Amino acid sequence: MDKAPILSLRGLTKRFGPVLAADHIDLDLGRGEVLALLGENGAGKTTLMNMLFGQYLPDAGSVHLWDEAGRERELPQGQPQAAIDARIGMVHQHFTLAENLSVLDSVLLGTEPFWRPFRNRRPAREKLLELMESSGLRVPLEARIGDLSVGERQRVEILKALYRDVRVLVLDEPTAVLTPQEAESLFAAVRGMVDDGLSVIFISHKLREVLAFSDRIAVLRHGKKAGEMATSEADAEIIIRMMVGEDHSAPERVAGKPGEVVLRLSGVSVAPGKEMRPLREVGFTLRSGEIIGIAGVSGNGQTALARLLSGLIQPQSGTVEVAGQPRKLTPKTALRAGIGRIPEDRHQDGVVGDLSVAENLVLERLDAPDVSKAGFLRQRAIAEHARELCRDYDVRGPGIEAEAKLLSGGNIQKLILARVLENAPQIILANQPTRGLDFRAAAEVSRRLLEARARGAGVILISEDLDEVLSLADRIFVMHDGHLRETTSRDRAEIGYMMAGQTGPGAAA
Amino acid sequence: MMDILNIFLTDSFWAASLRIASPLIFGVLGALLCERAGVLNLGIEGIFVVGAMTGWMAVWMGAGLWTGVLVAALSGALFGLFHAILTVPLGLSQHVSGLGITLFATSLASFTYRTALPQVSSPPRIEPFRALDIPVLSELPFLGPVLFQQTALTWLALLMVGVVWWVMDRTALGVAIKAVGDSPDAVNAQGLSVMKLRIGAVVAGSALMALGGAFLTMSAFDAFFFGMVNGRGWICIALVIFASWRPGKALLGALLFGMFDALQVRLQTEAGALVPGQVFLMMPYILSIIALVVVARKAEYPRALLVPWRKGQR
Repeated sequence: MDKAPILSLRGLTKRFGPVLAADHIDLDLGRGEVLALLGENGAGKTTLMNMLFGQYLPDAGSVHLWDEAGRERELPQGQPQAAIDARIGMVHQHFTLAENLSVLDSVLLGTEPFWRPFRNRRPAREKLLELMESSGLRVPLEARIGDLSVGERQRVEILKALYRDVRVLVLDEPTAVLTPQEAESLFAAVRGMVDDGLSVIFISHKLREVLAFSDRIAVLRHGKKAGEMATSEADAEIIIRMMVGEDHSAPERVAGKPGEVVLRLSGVSVAPGKEMRPLREVGFTLRSGEIIGIAGVSGNGQTALARLLSGLIQPQSGTVEVAGQPRKLTPKTALRAGIGRIPEDRHQDGVVGDLSVAENLVLERLDAPDVSKAGFLRQRAIAEHARELCRDYDVRGPGIEAEAKLLSGGNIQKLILARVLENAPQIILANQPTRGLDFRAAAEVSRRLLEARARGAGVILISEDLDEVLSLADRIFVMHDGHLRETTSRDRAEIGYMMAGQTGPGAAA
Repeated sequence: MMDILNIFLTDSFWAASLRIASPLIFGVLGALLCERAGVLNLGIEGIFVVGAMTGWMAVWMGAGLWTGVLVAALSGALFGLFHAILTVPLGLSQHVSGLGITLFATSLASFTYRTALPQVSSPPRIEPFRALDIPVLSELPFLGPVLFQQTALTWLALLMVGVVWWVMDRTALGVAIKAVGDSPDAVNAQGLSVMKLRIGAVVAGSALMALGGAFLTMSAFDAFFFGMVNGRGWICIALVIFASWRPGKALLGALLFGMFDALQVRLQTEAGALVPGQVFLMMPYILSIIALVVVARKAEYPRALLVPWRKGQR
């Protein structure tokens, strides 16, 4: 490290019961440096950051800081306020914003004294406007957070940190919900601040971003630091090997042979509902043996499309044909028609958390003869069935009798995959199937979807991750504001503009 | 029919509306504070009883009227603190704790009253707040009787509407209370204490609720008797939804209920021969339910209402 140090984590260790979540981790950050922190879920990234922010008390180790004049001091442990006072800021992956506040109030929250009958927000407003100008992160000051897009909310999160004059900014998966253009402008803004001396710890799963944006990369694996290198010397393969600890390649798509049409939507419109944007005249065909990818930022109609195909809502107009027959889909007929569903919110809609793993695995076919007889569940058969599926799909956890909510996100997703794919559905609706999963679990999901395609299933892949859509889909659609458009382009920028509802870089900002 | 319309033209009707609304104004404001911070306080009915009893008893034992008001507020705050400890740091069910507080507070108030006055058959009276007789203003036609012949506690209620509105809308504290009822994570991430904010709001809100009770024994009537709160606390829980958690609308809701109640008394005398009196007694409640159905379907609840928060958990 050639830059003046600003932050140093030394030997940080945290044990949760038998699990060593962080094992003597050393990490140095220089002034004006972007350090990317990589690792699979459970590798220790969050634990490490929680120790830095005083949320957890480390079992061993210390955090050191250097002030402007280069003097070193130790950060008191287990005190969030100490981290804030030391001007360390964090932008969490899940935003921490109150939706009923204005942008200005969100930023000021916690910076003003409580017991004053009058607030003077003018100096704050001016400082914030200046910050927006210099950082390029612009948001309307009086807008309610609840009315902002996710991209705007992210900007508010960063402004919150900048307003407190942070010297170290931690960004946890900052681009998970952004369009490629929004991500680009975020990186440009952060890069500008880094040039002015801000230091950044950047946590991400997206290798492409890490390689493009960071100066240095540190990889965690199983609570230990697996390696560290300058970004200029790294490539995707080296990093993945470090993260996973072995050679691992992403599954590859080979040319497929699309068959007959299994699903056709024409002119389908759906009225907006609670937390659901409308669909406007959506039409597409899905053939067997192909994957169609639906790219787009969440909240543009994907939820309505997924609910429609799951039979949870009915279209206002238009027709849905399954295997050539017009069908009215209800949850029951959708299942019977051979539509397998991998829901967007796997914890909420994918499993019943309080039921066991085994029970969740038969949830969609409780009246099948091998599951129940005369209304009674065949417990032994269900357990046997669960053991088999967990083995085949590598679902790991405390056992098949454990409650499903105890599984990790990746294992819940594998459980859902097992339940869906076991029935060899003709149509698979995969809504954000790899969101939040680490590299290995995501690769497993992708491999299973490609397998289903090879078997002759038609797959609808709804995803915010453009890289995933590009690598898996045979045909690509873009969803924006309830409209669905097919594109033959495989150019990230061009699809990105479509995701933002624009035709090209010239259109309105 | 004309007779019924004439009711609205009498100053006594409007004066009664405001008088009936006064305890509700305190109650709705208190419930509003608690719920804005994310805590439902179903202890309100019991806290009303406690406020009514302790305020009255303090005066009966020789304290001044305003001291009685203070005693009522403090005892309300105490029960609020109890509810807050159970629901905020301990994270217990707000419904269960609140109902428990109501049962406990109601019984304790009655128990204390019976223990202190074992042998009374008719409730002892105190000298309650008198109507303020403001020179000139109270002589005004119509406005005089409606506004300026009310008691000081009614004026305190109206003043509290302004105070709560100011705090919620104009101070950093209010912003933080609103934030903690929407996203405690946001409050925590900004270095503020979720626990302190929530406990503080529940304690302050409960003190206001107790003032609603004190109004009954120290302004509307002059004695304490069992069952006198008679569901007013529950009405406040409904009114706060009607008010969309806004102080101005809370005032409006309380006044509407006061009007319905004042109206039904007068209708009983006007039309009592034709319709059983019970129908009129039901009227304010039925109208409240209708108003609630119309308004509450669109109500935007504080997002973190009823959700306990623990540090380091999502």
